[in-house]
Amino acid sequence: MDKDRIDRIIDKHGCEPSYLIQVLLDIQAENNWLPREALERVAERLQVSMTRIQHIATFYKAFSLVPKGRHQIHICVGTACHVRGASRVLDTVEGLTGIKPGETDLDLKFSLETVNCLGCCALGPVVEIDGKTHGKMSPAETADVVKNYE
Amino acid sequence: MSEILLRIDGIEVKAKEGMTVLDAARSAGISIPTLCHHEKLEPYGACRLCLVELDMRGWTRLVVSCLYPVAKDLVVTTRSEKIDRIRKTILELLLAHAPDAFDLQELAQEYGADRDRFEKEASFCIHCGLCVRYCAEVKKKHAVGFVNRGASREISFIPEVAAQECWNCKECFPLCPTEALQAAYVLTEALLSPHLHSQSSQTR
Repeated sequence: MDKDRIDRIIDKHGCEPSYLIQVLLDIQAENNWLPREALERVAERLQVSMTRIQHIATFYKAFSLVPKGRHQIHICVGTACHVRGASRVLDTVEGLTGIKPGETDLDLKFSLETVNCLGCCALGPVVEIDGKTHGKMSPAETADVVKNYE
Repeated sequence: MSEILLRIDGIEVKAKEGMTVLDAARSAGISIPTLCHHEKLEPYGACRLCLVELDMRGWTRLVVSCLYPVAKDLVVTTRSEKIDRIRKTILELLLAHAPDAFDLQELAQEYGADRDRFEKEASFCIHCGLCVRYCAEVKKKHAVGFVNRGASREISFIPEVAAQECWNCKECFPLCPTEALQAAYVLTEALLSPHLHSQSSQTR
């Protein structure tokens, strides 16, 4: 991530230390993760200590300090989805992408994550890819959907 | 500044506005155990060991004395069966993390805490925040901070800052109630410059 993009995000929020979380969220949204250089730039511009940034960036699950893929796959393994076969859906995705939950593949295409409830249990098993919810997924259907992402 | 009169363990204590119950008690020579308190630092309320009982119109209320400001006619009890029981449990929980810390063992003896009550999960850190706060508030270097949250919370040095500042400072080491910070520092240093470290340990 280049400096100009980071600076643009910081300027948008008026270079205020109190906007730290908002700045980090915007960088996360644009870049999918928070590179060390970006955090250092934020620390320098907002006059916030690196310890504070690290504290916040590791506290919230919305932030990632390691590279994330272009597409985020969230597979619900909550109770309702679990009894409707979420583990088989998960197995399918693991097989297709070659990654386990919490991991990112080498060409930064997918990041896989399990979640515990997406709030629409009637649609279980639920798979969410880049914020789009796919309900009542069978392993075969999931494979079809995942294959459509580049 | 106005003087405030309060009662701690049956003794009349004079305190100034803005003082905490802990300050007032200590000024009157009443000891309250603490682990995360330090005069130079802002109160933090992490260890909860300094908890005391307040009498409020027949009710009792438990508060941490290092954060609770003094108020007129406050009636404070610093030791009771209930307080001792809670302090004992807190100590037992802390001892699961730092079983060999001398400060903890001393307090454990006083309160009859059993060091083996909980399964050991020796992280050697009890999250008192003394090193973190000392570095930020007194030294203003921000070389060490907390990372992660909940059960996986731990201290972490910022390598760039630590490499410049820590070697000549190390003032946070003696503050640590578990004396484990030294180990953390040495480990960081080793990870930071493995080459340098192996050289210096050879010449030592």
